[in-house]
Amino acid sequence: MVVIEALVFLVALVLAWFSTKTIRESIGESPFLFLRLLTMSPDPIPFSFIGMVGLVAPLIAIALGFDAVNAEFNQRTLSRILAQPIYRDALLLGKFLARLLALSIALFSLWLLVLGLGFLRLGLPPSVEELFRMLGFLVATIAYGGVWLAVAFLFSVVFRAPATAALASLGVWLLFSLFWSVLTPLVATLVAGPPEGIFGPSLAYLQTTQTLDRISPNTLYAEIALALLQPATRALGPVLYSQVQGALLGAPLPTAQSFVLVWPQITGLIAAMILIFAIAYVVFQRQEIRA
Amino acid sequence: MVGEIVIRAEGLTKRYGATVAVDDIDLEVRAGEIVGILGPNGSGKTTTILMLLGLTEPTAGRATVAGFDPLRDPLEVKRRVGYLPDSVGFYDGLSALDNLAYTGRLAGLSRREVDERFAEAMTRVGLPEVGRHRVSTFSRGMRQRLGLAEVLMKRPTIAILDEPTATLDPHSTQEFLDMIRGLKGDGTAVLLSSHHLDQVQSVCDRAALFNNGRIALSGSVTELAQRVLGGGHVIDVEARGTAVREQLIAVPGVVRVQGLGPEAYRADCDRDLRAEIARRLAPSCELLGIRFAEPSLNEVYTRYFDELRRAA
Repeated sequence: MVVIEALVFLVALVLAWFSTKTIRESIGESPFLFLRLLTMSPDPIPFSFIGMVGLVAPLIAIALGFDAVNAEFNQRTLSRILAQPIYRDALLLGKFLARLLALSIALFSLWLLVLGLGFLRLGLPPSVEELFRMLGFLVATIAYGGVWLAVAFLFSVVFRAPATAALASLGVWLLFSLFWSVLTPLVATLVAGPPEGIFGPSLAYLQTTQTLDRISPNTLYAEIALALLQPATRALGPVLYSQVQGALLGAPLPTAQSFVLVWPQITGLIAAMILIFAIAYVVFQRQEIRA
Repeated sequence: MVGEIVIRAEGLTKRYGATVAVDDIDLEVRAGEIVGILGPNGSGKTTTILMLLGLTEPTAGRATVAGFDPLRDPLEVKRRVGYLPDSVGFYDGLSALDNLAYTGRLAGLSRREVDERFAEAMTRVGLPEVGRHRVSTFSRGMRQRLGLAEVLMKRPTIAILDEPTATLDPHSTQEFLDMIRGLKGDGTAVLLSSHHLDQVQSVCDRAALFNNGRIALSGSVTELAQRVLGGGHVIDVEARGTAVREQLIAVPGVVRVQGLGPEAYRADCDRDLRAEIARRLAPSCELLGIRFAEPSLNEVYTRYFDELRRAA
């Protein structure tokens, strides 16, 4: 765990270093320098800061949660602990909140590291708007990590073997990370017909694909990152020609409007975290404690 | 207060689907009393303990532990009950002090109380020097003692010990049994689950014999012997002569006679018949010795289950 975290911090440091280098060379191109710091893929690194966080936040969350409960069973400490005057749900909630806090501290430190390095290397402070957008992104990242922490918790309650819980968590993560985008067009075609209609792209198909895509926490997180860190984003999903009439394309959306745009995604992530944790809670409450 | 009922179970039942783990049991334990619960694996002993601790919900019936319902007031029950599970587990990377401080703090003790009680409990269980050692370096016996130290730290009204000597060597077992007697001396009620019948007999005031989720028999060893062996009094006789066995069985009140050796016999009697036996043997035999023997719980247990098997 320490090795993973050290690696993540090192990669973040390198990313921020190369990003600031690139930004310094093209400083006049965008008013949102700090947001570019998070979204650009600087040479020679093939991914951006948000790409890296999107990859490692679930992995850290799973690493924190996969043996949270079953390890207590395996060490035979659970009945000792639950024989003390505490409620059973307090144990589960305490473990979850402690790990969520640990994850939040790690992500916040990463966020501060990039912000501080940007400040040092660019010689400019972030604007208030940038700061709010970055904070929103941080909260969304914590919620996104929280979803995977809840998944790992659920499996740690269901499976007694930590290895099984870890594999099951990684399996679900791989499903949503790699295979979900392959599956959704197939299902959407079955549900809403072919992607192309007589008069062009089928709106029913696009809407079905988008709905299915949004079951995945990865999609919700990607949409939040897009809307908050690229202020020119005005909509998430298919846009009709009539909807963009009169709009100044390429003009940044006010911060509040960007937040309104991703509000369903943020609440979706938080709701998914709470729902999955609630399932783990119910399963744990019904378990027989014999270890 | 010694003598007050601290555990009372009435019609306690636990079903898992169609399987009945505990079937309508009644149990009473008084303060300062050690009660053994015996029975084969899967007979419902641990499930009963878990229901008394509020760790599993009874399907029917009710229990009060230290005056509280484990279902409605689990925290009040847990405050007053010390529990030592079989094969007790600790966080191996932490020291004994850190492990017990953690549970002590969960039990509501202040840091100062933890330090004081920890030192006292560790001395009492014979581990005064290893408080700061990591638990990973402890033997099984030391872990069991540490588990008992945790129970002692809580200063409970009731101690529930589930197979506490299962993994101990004979010397450690004797020391552990002495510690259990020490709990009784403190006025703590002890519910002791064990397969080691001789140990149960040596420390317990009463025993309850579980079979198929029911309490088949309960009472003092003498009472159990009376019911199972047909006599609550066991008299060992050493005599030389002819037809000793036949003469013994002819004494009114002798239920059964078994030979222990060439001139040694054990008679199960319904009362103290030493005088009658001596009178009966005197004319024809040389009486070498006659003494009262404690009925063996092991014998009660074995006979009970043998008879059950025969009946089946």
